[in-house]
Amino acid sequence: MSITKPSLTVLATVAATLSGVAVAMIFFVAPEDADQGLSQKIFYVHVPIALTAYACFGLAAWKAFRLLTTRGLRYDLESYTGVHQGTIFGALTLVTGSIWAKASWGVWWTWSSNQLVLFLVLFLFYCAYFMLRFSIEPGPRRERISAVYALFGVALVPVSFLAIRLASDFIHPTVFTRDGPQMTGEMFAAFCVSWAAITLLAYVMYRVELAGKRTDANLRELREALAP
Amino acid sequence: MTGYLGDVAALARKDLRLELRARDTLPAMLLFVLATLVVFHFALPQDAGDRAAYGLLWVALVFTSLLGLARAWVPEQEAGALDGLVLAPTDRSAIWLGKTVAALAFLGAAELVALPAFTLFFAPLDASALAGVLLASVGICAVGSLVSAMAAASRGREVLLPLVFLPLAIPIVVGGVGASISDEPGKFLGFLGLYDVVFAILSWAAFEYVVTE
Repeated sequence: MSITKPSLTVLATVAATLSGVAVAMIFFVAPEDADQGLSQKIFYVHVPIALTAYACFGLAAWKAFRLLTTRGLRYDLESYTGVHQGTIFGALTLVTGSIWAKASWGVWWTWSSNQLVLFLVLFLFYCAYFMLRFSIEPGPRRERISAVYALFGVALVPVSFLAIRLASDFIHPTVFTRDGPQMTGEMFAAFCVSWAAITLLAYVMYRVELAGKRTDANLRELREALAP
Repeated sequence: MTGYLGDVAALARKDLRLELRARDTLPAMLLFVLATLVVFHFALPQDAGDRAAYGLLWVALVFTSLLGLARAWVPEQEAGALDGLVLAPTDRSAIWLGKTVAALAFLGAAELVALPAFTLFFAPLDASALAGVLLASVGICAVGSLVSAMAAASRGREVLLPLVFLPLAIPIVVGGVGASISDEPGKFLGFLGLYDVVFAILSWAAFEYVVTE
């Protein structure tokens, strides 16, 4: 732990600084969108959060794959933490997306935004992960079943995306597109900094959460060993 | 019929024979799907039209399959039969395939009643809708027999199965409804086929990890 802690502190500091820089760039460097005005600023938060959520689910699936192939015990908590972080960022995507939809289309929810619907499906799917995980007795079986579920998640992402694309053909004949004006250099820079900040923040959160979950598991083991 | 396919056939036959003797699942599925269609008649407004009815047909099929899948692993849970099957000298994915075939037989039998009843009550079904039902049934049973094995390993299996299964079934509903009402059903049928292939391979490969200790 003595090796990881300082680096985590450093990472957390960098993430906090980068977040501050990103906010400053979003408001002062990136020009205001000609079409949507101030409300377009949420784009710099919403899209990086969504990409981070995908990354977390991908990480969870990769760790799950490693668990199934190598039977390494530590991958279980890592995969679980990945799903946990992904669900948090997925929920944030839904919230920020909803705010954006209200600001630019006047409604809190629209079925014509394919990405938003996809996140709703994924959110439901990964919430069920927790239900499933916590109703199986701890042990190798729970680890394997959780891992298989996390792997199903990454297969569900492209399949659901395709399905929602197809569904918008018959639910809504006309599809909104979010093709605003092309991004300028400053806009793209602000977007990249914001993306880096949120990804780093997610990684720091992942590490902290993982350390917490490990401590929790170790404590439980100790308790069981000490119980008369 | 020896080797892998022989094992699969034996396992599926076992499920069908159990059903013939006990009649636990199939009568319930048949009654449920008929009752659902009647409920849908009253749930739809008078002027809703056929397109809404096609959507509800897919809701009825998914929920009927859930009813069957919830009971799919009950025989294996009793008297440690699953442990015996896992220890049997066969590839474990044969257990999944056998269960999928049996579940498909049950769902097919329920559809043999549900589809004529739907035609009678609501609207006719064309060839692409029937092809959609066929492809979707394969996907439902392939994924369903895996996730119901997952749910059966947990404490609250009846509660968990719909929670786990429904998000996975959303693409099937999209493909099925599209195949029923779209003017160009080809791409929806293709999508259902893609879903079947992707998730059947995944379930086939992953099943071993779900049942072994």
